[in-house]
Amino acid sequence: MTLTLGHFLTLGAMLFAVAVVGIFLNRKNLIVLLMAVELMLLAVNMNFVAFSHYLGDMHGQVFVFFILTVAAAESAIGLAILVLLFRNKSNINVDELQTLKG
Amino acid sequence: MSSTLSATTLLAVPLAPLVGSLAAGVLGTSLGGNLIGRRLCHSVTILGVLVSFLISALTLYQVAFEGARLNETLYTWMVVGDLKMEVGFLIDGLTAMMMCVVTFVSLMVHIYTIGYMEEDEGYNRFFAYISLFTFSMLMLVMSNNFLQLFFGWEAVGLVSYLLIGFWFNKPTAIFANMKAFLVNRVGDFGFILGIGLIAAYAGTLNYTETFAKTSELAQLAFPGTEWMLVTVVCICLFIGAMGKSAQFPLHVWLPDSMEGPTPISALIHAATMVTAGIFMVARMSPLFELSDTALSFIMVVGSITALFMGFLGIIQNDIKRVVAYSTLSQLGYMTVALGASAYSVAVFHLMTHAFFKALLFLAAGSVIMGMHHNQDIRWMGAVRKYMPITWITCLLGSLALIGTPLFSGFYSKDSIIEAVLESHLWGSGFASFAVLAGVFVTAFYSFRMYFLVFHGQERYDQNPDAHQHDDAHHDHPNKPHESPWVVTLPLVLLAIPSVLIGYFTIDPMLFGDFFKDAIFVDSSKHHAMQELAEAFHGPWAMAVHALSTWPFWLALAGVACAYYLYMVHTTLPQQIAKVLRPIEVVLENKYYMDWFNENILARGARMLGMGLWKGGDQALIDGAVVNGSWKLVGKLAAVVRNFQTGFLYHYALAMILGIVVLMSVFVTWPTLRDWLNR
Amino acid sequence: MDVKTGFFYVFSLVLLFAAFRVITARNPVHAVLYLMLSFSQASAIWLLLKAEFLAITLVLVYLGAVMVLFLFVVMMLDIKIDSLKQSFWKHFPLGATLGAIVVLEMSAVLLSGFKVSESPKALLVLGQAQELSNTKELGKLLYTQYVYPIQVAAVILLVAMIAAIALTLRERKDSKAIDASLQVRVKAADRLQVLSMEPTRAAPPPSTAPESAPASATPEVKS
Repeated sequence: MTLTLGHFLTLGAMLFAVAVVGIFLNRKNLIVLLMAVELMLLAVNMNFVAFSHYLGDMHGQVFVFFILTVAAAESAIGLAILVLLFRNKSNINVDELQTLKG
Repeated sequence: MSSTLSATTLLAVPLAPLVGSLAAGVLGTSLGGNLIGRRLCHSVTILGVLVSFLISALTLYQVAFEGARLNETLYTWMVVGDLKMEVGFLIDGLTAMMMCVVTFVSLMVHIYTIGYMEEDEGYNRFFAYISLFTFSMLMLVMSNNFLQLFFGWEAVGLVSYLLIGFWFNKPTAIFANMKAFLVNRVGDFGFILGIGLIAAYAGTLNYTETFAKTSELAQLAFPGTEWMLVTVVCICLFIGAMGKSAQFPLHVWLPDSMEGPTPISALIHAATMVTAGIFMVARMSPLFELSDTALSFIMVVGSITALFMGFLGIIQNDIKRVVAYSTLSQLGYMTVALGASAYSVAVFHLMTHAFFKALLFLAAGSVIMGMHHNQDIRWMGAVRKYMPITWITCLLGSLALIGTPLFSGFYSKDSIIEAVLESHLWGSGFASFAVLAGVFVTAFYSFRMYFLVFHGQERYDQNPDAHQHDDAHHDHPNKPHESPWVVTLPLVLLAIPSVLIGYFTIDPMLFGDFFKDAIFVDSSKHHAMQELAEAFHGPWAMAVHALSTWPFWLALAGVACAYYLYMVHTTLPQQIAKVLRPIEVVLENKYYMDWFNENILARGARMLGMGLWKGGDQALIDGAVVNGSWKLVGKLAAVVRNFQTGFLYHYALAMILGIVVLMSVFVTWPTLRDWLNR
Repeated sequence: MDVKTGFFYVFSLVLLFAAFRVITARNPVHAVLYLMLSFSQASAIWLLLKAEFLAITLVLVYLGAVMVLFLFVVMMLDIKIDSLKQSFWKHFPLGATLGAIVVLEMSAVLLSGFKVSESPKALLVLGQAQELSNTKELGKLLYTQYVYPIQVAAVILLVAMIAAIALTLRERKDSKAIDASLQVRVKAADRLQVLSMEPTRAAPPPSTAPESAPASATPEVKS
């Protein structure tokens, strides 16, 4: 059978779900959290590129371009915060980040 | 041909005592720095009342002999929609007579006070108060609208409160003045309901405008019931009169008001304030004539008061209390006359009663002064030897009170009895019995007091709690002495009208034109006055005719009984009391009315207040609503706070769950919408 | 099934497996490596979709820069390798359920909303059919319509750089560099303190040694 848009969309959805589950289940490792965020962004990019291809519109790819930019910036800052956190607490346990407890 | 009265001149009548009162009250007391002394104080106030009296006498002359009338608004205080609130004067026969009575008695009391309150520290304050009272009472009687009437009404109540509690360091005096004020308040509540109804249905507070609408008002029914509107209005107004004129059951304050100095008992609680209710009903005669129910009610209440208060007078040992119960009884008589539609007779009795009752009170005060402030008649006796003027005037007053022919009291009292006998209203049977029995009772207690005080053995030394303070400066510490001329002069001046005024004024007042436009009687329904007029053949004839009527012989029997029990067979009263012990207990407890008021009404009100405070205010409003609201918020917040765990993945979970829910709604929206709209 | 579809399935399966391993790896270095693998598979899929510029960009930017950054951080920090056992697998059912729900709903929405069975539309071309270059088409769009967003993107990157440096910068403790503005603002009172003292003072009391006696003792002439 030929590839249709549906295949790609399903792929994107599954990737997104994996990333969400990753965020939800991960208790011990902040780095894995950041990586799961990257995966989510990847899933979204996948959708954009697929749409751009199947609808014949270049704007989707332009948008992927910008998402890429912002994702890079965000991961840089996220890692910087992680480093600071590690300096102060000597571990990156997500469990222990509860000073915002209400 | 009628000469006109000048409103400006008449304005001086209430204002002169007011000026005197303010001068004495502010400059003579520590309020203004004690600038003027006693002589100046009493001179200023007496001058004010004298001016009032002279103008009132002149006005009376003009009204009676020149037919002058006045109905004028002096000052419009405010206008609320259609309702005008004004200060104005209505001068006719009724007003002129009241003005003269009030100012004359007030003048007598002012002069008397110079002697009576000589040793008192609050001398200036007292003069200020009695002048203030004169002002209030004059505003009340001269008013031409309900608002000013109510102002005067409340003002006299206030001054009465101030005067009863004049010796404010005595706890009994404070109790008495609170009682007077509160009982009056109950009456005033009814009064203001009546005024409110008039303002609502007649749309005006002015007398003449209201009376012009009586035929329309007579058609209306009180909304929601089958009662006539005028019946309700009249009963409400009369409740006010019951409070002010001390009718049963709102009479309880008058005996206690004897805590005040004797001059005010004479002025306020005999001659003037208590008659305000009678005056008001007479003034409202066009309204009262429309309602037979109200008139019956008035008659029954009056007759109960007349008879039962008389019974209480029999067992009193305080000289002032005897006269107080006598006042209550006589007020009952006036009320009964009002009920029989004999308004002019009631007002006539008001006038004569003012003179002889004031006289009796002032005489009692003179006796008290002479007896070194002992008030118990059991420890008096043979006072006539030491205080001749007081003796003679008191005798004249008592004779007037019991209705001795030719004295003024006879004319008024017998007219009342005749009028009641002619009435056909429901309750007139009982009223007739009450007024007749009351004659005997009145004679009995009056002369009991007279004999015990002025005749018989001297019992001064038997007083178990005699005062010691006067021993230092009297040669004979236990013997009474005659009072100074400032005290006896008013007695003499009051004794003259007590004796004479009835004979000369009965014809013009009752059967002439004097009250023609002031009092309205519907002769077709209530023909008592008509019958009286037909039976009247002049004062001399009336006196002679009295020898063949019941009242005369009942009075004579009363005097004879009193003479026998208290002069001849003096141990008999105690024996009778022992036999009739249960009755005596009831009488001593004043029919348990005070007990009822204090223990049931007052305590019930306090318990209600306490309950509302603890239950309503503290528990409900403070506890449940005010405190409860923040406590509830706190509890809710404590629950909601658990959502803020601080854990990142909890927040992420919340977000994811939110997204899942939103997506589910989005996916299943068509079926969801149909389900919601079914 | 043609080659393209076959490639697609291969790449997708590896991608999904790598993604799963990212979140379940015990060693964080392994996790980063698995992430790199998944990105490379994604890049390959995009090549299938004829978006070659983006595919290469993905490799260059993500695999080349971002993942390396991740590796740096992971290897620099002394992270204890924790076992994922209880807490992970305890919540796994719920997580898996949620994930399944998400997938199903997203698929339902997207598949029903779009005409997914059609073949790809051709790009609109002005004039005659030409050989299209993804890069050129992208460039045409970026430098005309999206010039302003490009500038903003540049600023975002600048801000990210400054933020990262500002957050993690640590001063050298042995540096002797002085802040010039502080130097200029110095006042005389900060450097010099003038004390007032009396010109003379009483001598301290004599100690037990005899040498200090003669100055103030009462003279006792001897001999």
